[in-house]
Amino acid sequence: MISNSVLKPFKAVKYLFIKPKTIRYPFELKEPAMRYRGFHVNDWEKCTGCGNCADICPNQAIQMIEIKELEYKSGQKNERPRLDYGRCCFCGLCIDICPPGSLKLTRDYFHIHFDPESFVFIPKNQETEPDKYLPPEEYSVLKASLSHRKKDYDGFVSDLKYALFEPERVTMPVIAPEKRKLSFIEHVMGYHKEEAQKEASRCLECKLCEEACPAHLKISDYIHAIYEDKPEESLRKIYEDNPIPSICGRVCMAYCEKVCSLGIRGEALSVRWLKRYVADTIKDFTSALELNPGTPTGKKIAVIGAGPGGLSVAYFLRLKGHEVKVYDALLGGGGTIRTGPPVYRLPLESIDKDVNYIRSLGVEFLFNTLIGKDVMFEDLLNEFDAVFLGIGYTKSRSTKIKNHEKCELALDFLRDNKIGKQRKVGKEIIVIGGGNVALDTAREALRMQNIQHPGEKVVVKTVSLEDWDEMPATEEEIREAREENIQFNPAWGPKEVILDNDGNVKGLLCKKVKSVFDEQGRFAPSFYEEREMFLEGDMIIEAIGQVPDFSFIPDNLFKKFEFSERKKVKVDEMGMTSIQKVFAGGDIVNINMDAVTAIADAKVASEGIDRFFS
Amino acid sequence: MRELELYFGPQHLGMIGNFSITLNVEGDRIVKATANPGFLHRGFEKLMEQRTWIQNFPLVCRINVVEPDHMELMYAMAVEKLAGIEVPERAQYVRSIYLELARIGSHLFGLWAYANMLGFDTVANWAMYHRDLILDLFEELTGGRVYHIYIWPGGVRRDFPEGFKDKIINTLHTIGSCVPDYDNTFFNNHIFYKRAINIGKITHEEAKRMGAVGQVLRATGMKQDIRKIEPYAAYDQVDWEIPVRTDGDAYSRIWVVRDEMIESVHMIFKLLDKMPKGEVYNKIPNPFKWNIPNKETYVRCESSRGELGLYLVSNGEDKPYRAHFRTPSYNHGLTILEKALENESIADVGNIMISLYITAPEIDR
Repeated sequence: MISNSVLKPFKAVKYLFIKPKTIRYPFELKEPAMRYRGFHVNDWEKCTGCGNCADICPNQAIQMIEIKELEYKSGQKNERPRLDYGRCCFCGLCIDICPPGSLKLTRDYFHIHFDPESFVFIPKNQETEPDKYLPPEEYSVLKASLSHRKKDYDGFVSDLKYALFEPERVTMPVIAPEKRKLSFIEHVMGYHKEEAQKEASRCLECKLCEEACPAHLKISDYIHAIYEDKPEESLRKIYEDNPIPSICGRVCMAYCEKVCSLGIRGEALSVRWLKRYVADTIKDFTSALELNPGTPTGKKIAVIGAGPGGLSVAYFLRLKGHEVKVYDALLGGGGTIRTGPPVYRLPLESIDKDVNYIRSLGVEFLFNTLIGKDVMFEDLLNEFDAVFLGIGYTKSRSTKIKNHEKCELALDFLRDNKIGKQRKVGKEIIVIGGGNVALDTAREALRMQNIQHPGEKVVVKTVSLEDWDEMPATEEEIREAREENIQFNPAWGPKEVILDNDGNVKGLLCKKVKSVFDEQGRFAPSFYEEREMFLEGDMIIEAIGQVPDFSFIPDNLFKKFEFSERKKVKVDEMGMTSIQKVFAGGDIVNINMDAVTAIADAKVASEGIDRFFS
Repeated sequence: MRELELYFGPQHLGMIGNFSITLNVEGDRIVKATANPGFLHRGFEKLMEQRTWIQNFPLVCRINVVEPDHMELMYAMAVEKLAGIEVPERAQYVRSIYLELARIGSHLFGLWAYANMLGFDTVANWAMYHRDLILDLFEELTGGRVYHIYIWPGGVRRDFPEGFKDKIINTLHTIGSCVPDYDNTFFNNHIFYKRAINIGKITHEEAKRMGAVGQVLRATGMKQDIRKIEPYAAYDQVDWEIPVRTDGDAYSRIWVVRDEMIESVHMIFKLLDKMPKGEVYNKIPNPFKWNIPNKETYVRCESSRGELGLYLVSNGEDKPYRAHFRTPSYNHGLTILEKALENESIADVGNIMISLYITAPEIDR
């Protein structure tokens, strides 16, 4: 039985003598919790303008506003989020999706203002607006507004562990370094369907990558198609801008991955491997793409060089209905890509797959044809309506140090091993250079050593002028080379090749590098001549850079070619050189010498050639 | 005597919330009551069809201001079931503790409303203050005071901050130390007893027939609680009792609420003791590429008002195809209220309504 009473309630009288719990606002303020979801701040330095916050906002309170005065940076948009506090519900979804973690919620929650427009504002932070953010002792609630905020007052902030995106990549299966260095097997095995879909699902579709890609591929579209398990659709999207996906899926410089939002605090999306997945999954490009050459225009174009630039220009022009002939000295397509990247990075079948598809569109390939010997350049000029030069950098440079003639040249070494007669290699090889070609050469040499001297102790050393932090090779290449126990000697320059009494290579004498670049950032190495080091080796390969070979162009024409200060062929906005109807692209035009830049040039030149005809 | 038709609400001092009842009265005796919902229809279920799976979280909690957390839980559980997302063990404990805090907060809010309605302003103020202490805990844990948006598919949004366990214990001790005062001043108060006893009586059979749930059903003697029948979160990990009364009147109902609060406090202590270490969140898929397979599901939980259910249908897209909430106040407010009001006096309409724990936003959505 419940004992209820009429007297007991009077016990509550004791509360009359207890201090009231009510807070005497505004004289007494309540301190918000550490995670409080108050007003937004945005670090403009970190913000990339990706717009994910605006996309996820359930109330459309965030809009991306173009900021004109913002300095343009590659892989960023000149936009910053604008908040509308008439709509914002302070749920913090924008915080949890922000890839750089620049957007934060503070513990500030007072906003007093006569102007309702002030509820719509572009958040900045205390570093950018120091006079608006006051230390606690100067802060007053009576003046509190979006322009009168407390300093160091972060509340709900981004945490990678609880973020709405996945910062980690799907691990790419690779063959272990100990095993892969014994043969030329392609060590990156490629994604399976499930792995590719999972990786593709990480993409936030902010399209920063498309801006950064020289050829402006529709990356988020083709990644989305992979996520939806429509590889054909994905391939069609890729072919709109890039006709060599099997090649680019393996050896692209992947500018996209350098700017990927996910890469800011985590690992960038594997855009390159996903492209490779599409190119490898689809066995028959013809039926997947359903592309047809355009209606014949009767115009004829000669393309010199079947490298990435030449292949792309041929493809784009063929789609416009022109007749294209591609000349190349090699036995197959690919140009430098065919001879340079070793088989373990880029198998010949992948190159042929892309080339064969372009051939199937009706592009005529004349391989094993050397311009200047088999066919004269002047004849091409007379016979064709336009000529595209995509000849690339095909000759290795030499260090010209003492006894350098005893050294091998990297491009020759790589070419012979890949498509010619395999070289004999020594047990202790020195590679001079710190770029991608040097590392390709070193890793190739290591594999050949293991094949030619099985079971014996072999070693490959590299010598580069640049120190670790300025080495031009990609991080991935350096990491993989180190995994394979290639010895690095950064910040050392070659001085002399030392020979033994029989005139064979005994080693390389090196000198310490003082600096590689001068104050203007130009390449001008200086050395401590007295600090020397001797590296033993029975074979030395020089991989310090390449030069183009223009010897096929007759002198009277070559004189008319204009070059820039950096010894690059000058082209106009249509891709045309200083000689009428001769167009150019790729390594001979660009500072960045890689496949995707050549494709970008090819796009420009093919549009230019088309316009030139009309 | 002549029968009059009296419109009670929505503009009536005695009405709680945007709700209306049409009363047929003879003198001040109610002959017949007809509930008129519809003043608070905001179209939440339709709105949910136009937002992506993740964008619905800030929305679902707003369906009922007194009960945001159970709404979140329902939606998260349904999405987890449709998308096949696992929840880490620690997150289950965090959810249970969080939901029990929410239950206490909601009951204190209800107690405020009830005490206020009956004129027990002292108790009402205590209840409001104690609820505020719980809101402080929520602020500490989630960053929000009322709408927390804390439970997500795959767990919860953040782990306990440093020292949060002690804060929960301290707060609950503060509130618990006032239970004798509450009892003396309200629950055991003879005046309250007189006001509530034999008011709005529902028999066990009526309750079952009309679909009563929660306190209304438990006050008629039935041990019914979804946390026991179909345990979710970590409710099967600790021992606890279902408080029951047998009379089925307003007095019993409010006593069930009181006992339930105390039981919840004990449960939180047990859960805190047993809580394992580990992760509290399994990553959900990228919200911009989150399509849930073509499926439908029904999930239910014991909210502070009784059984709350969600029927969620996906047609394989990035948004729900249909969402429908089965809310406890729907039955209580439309059928049981009409029955409970029969033969009562006009002065007791608010009394009965609050004792049935009816909130208008749950009826209309």
